[in-house]
Amino acid sequence: MSGPRIGILALQGDVREHARALSDVGARPVEVRRTAELAAVDGLVLPGGESTTIGRLLRVFELLEPLRAAVVAGLPVFGSCAGMILLARDVVDGRPDQPLIGGLDMVVRRNAFGRQVDSFEVDLDVDGVEGPPVHAVFIRAPWVEKAGDAVEVLARVAEAPVAVRQGPLLATAFHPELTGDSRMHRLFVDIVRSSGSGR
Amino acid sequence: MVPDWSEKRRHIMSQGQTAATAGPATDSARHAGTARVKRGMAEMLKGGVIMDVVTAEQARIAEDAGAVAVMALERVPADIRAQGGVARMSDPDMISEIIEAVSIPVMAKARIGHFVEAQVLQALGVDYVDESEVLTPADPHHHIDKWSFTVPFVCGATNLGEALRRLAEGAAMIRSKGEAGTGEVSNAVVHMRTIRAEIGRLSALPAEELYAAAKELRAPVELVTEVARLGRLPVVLFTAGGIATPADAALMMQLGADGVFVGSGIFKSGDPARRARAIVEATTMFNDPDVLVKVSRGLGEAMVGINVAELPSAARYADRGW
Repeated sequence: MSGPRIGILALQGDVREHARALSDVGARPVEVRRTAELAAVDGLVLPGGESTTIGRLLRVFELLEPLRAAVVAGLPVFGSCAGMILLARDVVDGRPDQPLIGGLDMVVRRNAFGRQVDSFEVDLDVDGVEGPPVHAVFIRAPWVEKAGDAVEVLARVAEAPVAVRQGPLLATAFHPELTGDSRMHRLFVDIVRSSGSGR
Repeated sequence: MVPDWSEKRRHIMSQGQTAATAGPATDSARHAGTARVKRGMAEMLKGGVIMDVVTAEQARIAEDAGAVAVMALERVPADIRAQGGVARMSDPDMISEIIEAVSIPVMAKARIGHFVEAQVLQALGVDYVDESEVLTPADPHHHIDKWSFTVPFVCGATNLGEALRRLAEGAAMIRSKGEAGTGEVSNAVVHMRTIRAEIGRLSALPAEELYAAAKELRAPVELVTEVARLGRLPVVLFTAGGIATPADAALMMQLGADGVFVGSGIFKSGDPARRARAIVEATTMFNDPDVLVKVSRGLGEAMVGINVAELPSAARYADRGW
């Protein structure tokens, strides 16, 4: 039996790293740039990248509304960093006109930890991930400023939530795709499997 | 102090493994400025366009167009060529204004070997330093020891050996040099093809021949071995120098670039905002001729070009650095 077919939004960002992590846990990664490609996946990853760039390209290539519809219809989505921002209801310190997909009932603060010289690595305990802490890489990372009751916080740095889940939507402020530890991707693939692939 | 390459190498390798150390995440356990954080930043720029800007207004135009980062500098390469004189790091006030103006990363250029300009840029809070041949080199023998900085560096290269020497010095991102300020893409093509071909040759070598290959490339054997194993550089490889049209950007992406720097090509053209958007879209859909047709229409005047073949060797920036 082959693994679920998981799309990676490939407009801009670290697509290759997510593809490798998904392959490591038995999923079949495919790049998504068009609406038709979106229709053929069991789950979707929104990679790290620049959220303003990806947001603008979502609009230009007419993917924004189909993606919003897919999220409403229950498509499992995992966003890291820029992907977390795209899944938010609202963004602080971003661009006022920045297009968001939404789905997670949360407000995120962009570049919350500072500029690149403040980017860091740290070991994090993540709820739902067995074994030793997850080694988390934060790069000009956001954090969750406000979250609704339906949002489950899986990990925090200091007080700020940096990993969250709401139903089939998963988001991290850090980049599990950069470390070779694929447990976050395994968690996502489990979410995809339990949501019943073949929507 | 002589940098201990093998020590740094071990440091990088140890970061390549899953951390086994347990314990709560406290602020004291945070590590900034690691090779992974520096290289990772460049991974997030992949598939994107980084645009040269000289004012906050241009930076906003670039951000609106979908640039993944801007390069703040005083004069674009075409003007440095035209006006001559010594080209240095930009005015800190101008860089700060640009940092304030946009939410995307801001890069800035330091002269080759000018580690104090790099210190100033780091203190200003720029997100990446470009140790750039476009500025007048400050040291004819030594590039900056980039390991000693928290801010990551991007460096230019015309071939694989040059790229690996920059990585050995701590660069976290490489761009093929091209010939900046010409609007002529041929050197970017040659440099990208050269790097790709040399990587291809390394990958085909038996392990015992990598030592001699390292000697020929004048690069550390550890890096040569890593490139041979990966079949690519261990960092992101962008392209630069002469990209002026959406088709140029798509050409470089099809030749294997991870992303594109555009210097003079945008703000020296007739309609910068439109050309900037077109180059961003062409870089994303570089394999789709239908999109390339669409974005290439109605762009107005491209920058006036200079044929690289007509440049005297002293005017060739790509020859700076080694």
